[in-house]
Amino acid sequence: MTPIQLRECYRMMLLIRRFEEAVEELFAQGLIVGTAHFCIGQEASAVGAIAALQPDDMVTSNHRGHGHFLAKGADPRRLMAELFGRSTGYAGGRGGSQHVADFSIGFLGSHGITAGMIPIATGAALTQKLQQTGRIVLAFFGDGATGQGAFHEAVNIGAMWELPVVYLCENNMYAMSTPVEEAFRVPSVAERASAWGIPGVRCDGNDVEAVASAVSDAAKRARAGGGPTLVEAQTYRQCGHSKSDECLYRTDEEEQRWLQRDPLTVAAAKLIERDICTPDALDRLAAQVEREIEEAIQFASESPEPDPETVADGVFADFDVI
Amino acid sequence: MRNVTYVRALNEAIAEEMERDDDVFLIGEDIADCGGVFGVTAGMLRRFGRRRVWQTPISEAAFTGLAVGAAMAGLRPVCEIMYVDFATTCMDQILNQAAKLRYMSGGQLTVPLVIRTQQGGGTCEAAQHSQNFEAIFAHVPGLKVAMPATPHDAKGLLKAAIRDDNPVIFLEHKLLYETKGEIPREEYVIPLGEADIKREGDQLTLVATSRMVLHALEAADRVAGEVSVEVIDPRTIVPFDLDTVAASVEKTGRLLIVQEAWQSGGFGSEIIRRIVDRCFDSLKAPPRVHGSEDVPMPFSPSLEARVLPNPDSIASAIREIVA
Repeated sequence: MTPIQLRECYRMMLLIRRFEEAVEELFAQGLIVGTAHFCIGQEASAVGAIAALQPDDMVTSNHRGHGHFLAKGADPRRLMAELFGRSTGYAGGRGGSQHVADFSIGFLGSHGITAGMIPIATGAALTQKLQQTGRIVLAFFGDGATGQGAFHEAVNIGAMWELPVVYLCENNMYAMSTPVEEAFRVPSVAERASAWGIPGVRCDGNDVEAVASAVSDAAKRARAGGGPTLVEAQTYRQCGHSKSDECLYRTDEEEQRWLQRDPLTVAAAKLIERDICTPDALDRLAAQVEREIEEAIQFASESPEPDPETVADGVFADFDVI
Repeated sequence: MRNVTYVRALNEAIAEEMERDDDVFLIGEDIADCGGVFGVTAGMLRRFGRRRVWQTPISEAAFTGLAVGAAMAGLRPVCEIMYVDFATTCMDQILNQAAKLRYMSGGQLTVPLVIRTQQGGGTCEAAQHSQNFEAIFAHVPGLKVAMPATPHDAKGLLKAAIRDDNPVIFLEHKLLYETKGEIPREEYVIPLGEADIKREGDQLTLVATSRMVLHALEAADRVAGEVSVEVIDPRTIVPFDLDTVAASVEKTGRLLIVQEAWQSGGFGSEIIRRIVDRCFDSLKAPPRVHGSEDVPMPFSPSLEARVLPNPDSIASAIREIVA
């Protein structure tokens, strides 16, 4: 990565981290309701993968999608407004944490059914191939999604039809509370790629450059008509699965070990080592991000509630068939 | 007018829409060289080539999802699920994804998708190849549901479904494919949501769907000397043309729904709910649903015949209501 790219990736990871922490706090205060799944500790895979794409490439996400969406270019104010359930949110309050999309920036949506978006990403890739747009689609999912039949079915078809898609598995070691070693017998998700005759690569998911490099190769291959790649980013969810999870299924030692490999710490060390930023500059960056989060919260909390009279709007597209 | 089979009518609708719009493509199992198990897509591969006809492995969850994704991204897929029974393996994609993506995205995304499948019993294919699931699809907001009974309606509705910007579940019936009927020589489209009065009458309103429309018309013939029956085919149950059915009930005062789906929890009960809401005071007798017996479809022909409504059983139901 160039110095500017690395600094921008760090800034984005920090923005995601602070966004998630702010949302956690807003839940505690009762200002946000429902549920949410935070990606604290997984920022490098979101930011690194998207940094390797072209701006008009497409991305699908999962339930843990705030980071993917912000990295793809979402406005934190409108994402926060959606979490507040306000009319200015990305879905006008109809989606909430698990259902945000912005078609105009190529973010086809986060969603609440594990592996459900993998076939959809594959289909969006079919459209790119048929329309010869030169775009590719990247599908984010977790290790838990690899247990679903839809994952296997879709990757197989993507492979058979050589579709321009990258399957990006963020292996955070746990499907909610179930550790990967209780979920599948092979030592890595990437190894499963051989079953579909496509490349499978594993990278350090806490190193934003390592993720970007792996995805860059996969994206090149997809764009050139070489078909999909399964990229596994090995990472760790530092927080609970959802806001109510106390992580009783893992040890403090394990959590401490991963904290030392925190993606922000890793990236900050590189910025300083390479003389890209001084510690003071990093502090200034953090202060900027802090202001952005404050603005987002202010925007969301001052935004109007959706008009209950509009509740049925958007169920069907109005369309005259004749 | 031309006399064609139901399967021919569907085939023409698909070919015409594929000619009309390059964004329309086909996806499903065995739809290419063999033209689909029932022949609906026969000739499409030769005519439109592999880039428009995507034959898939046996992976309904994946190819239905691919169709949803391709639709979101700008194409107009027509997806074939061989039997409605197999749709159970891709209900996530239909009920959680296709039906909701537009709403969940605040109206940003459109899913112009047709899922064609066929349902129904009468062929001794037993419990996992004979079901009728229209009520499941109709229950979930965001899906349109068509179930044509005649070649004329099949062609006109399928063309409308392909042009519609919403996901449409298009339910054909395996025993209707070889039935014949007249269709216009010139192009036509039938809007989704308009019922068709198949036979006029003034003593009882009989609402029937899919293959039951044929049985209903036969039953109406049989009782013609005793009861004047008006037979209405809603043609689509979402949207449902309540106005036409309610106007008829206000005239006749009696309502019988005939559906091939199970008696309990079906869309017939829903029609009664809406009629009771709209024109309770017009009713001279309790409205009734006549559907299949509430059992998984048995294999034996003698048992299967007992389960399905038929012209005789419909005629009996008509007589009971007017008695």
